[in-house]
Amino acid sequence: MRWIFIAITVAATTAGEVLQAMGMRRHGEIHDFRPGALGRAAALIVRNEFVIGAWIAMGVSFFAYLALLSVSELSFAVPATAVTYVLETALAKYLLHEHVNWLRWMGAALVVCGVALVSL
Amino acid sequence: MSQDTARLRVKTWLFATVVILSNVLGNFFLKKGMPGSLGSPLEYVTVLFRPYVALGVALLILWTLARMTLLSWADLSYVLPVTAVGYVLVALEGRLWLHEAITVKRWAGIALIMAGVALVSAGTAPRTFKDKAHSEGAAE
Repeated sequence: MRWIFIAITVAATTAGEVLQAMGMRRHGEIHDFRPGALGRAAALIVRNEFVIGAWIAMGVSFFAYLALLSVSELSFAVPATAVTYVLETALAKYLLHEHVNWLRWMGAALVVCGVALVSL
Repeated sequence: MSQDTARLRVKTWLFATVVILSNVLGNFFLKKGMPGSLGSPLEYVTVLFRPYVALGVALLILWTLARMTLLSWADLSYVLPVTAVGYVLVALEGRLWLHEAITVKRWAGIALIMAGVALVSAGTAPRTFKDKAHSEGAAE
């Protein structure tokens, strides 16, 4: 059962974060931090399909993670879901066309191992 | 161009700091304010009026907004490892407030995370994708 919850959590988290990055990228760099401009940006962002999709996926991820925590320990759930770092880095390269060089791959791999060690 | 890169770096560091601290503190206050168990469905709402829970929720809202803002210019493959510093802070939290000992395994994990963060933040630029969003946005 817990593997199903892990699969759903990982898939939904990955989809949510990648969609959020896509949505924010489509919006473009936020550089005006005056309240009026931020309000206008917010009004555009809440109507951004990618961002709406991201929030739905993150909602699914939240409840799937709660379900996972109800059947397993935190020391299992945290490292198991850290796989999202590698998946999202791969999607950042192929979907978001980011320049993922070996430093970034190494960084993501070190973080996954580190998170596993810290929480095991 | 180099001035633009420097500007982006400062902005990225500032927002990454807000993202990390608001997440760690938000979860900390949420844990502090939450009762052991929630009974009736009504309790799920009333719990939001506890000061620590409200502060925790407010910080987590700030976290989401700051993270979205950061992703409007920074790479996802940059933001992900850099904001993993949060795991290190959570690991150190127990030692600071609860005076728990940190095991060798945990120190090793902390070292690995910090090495990953250092590689990505010092070795790569916050943005590598072509920022054509403005021209595209104008066309919409």
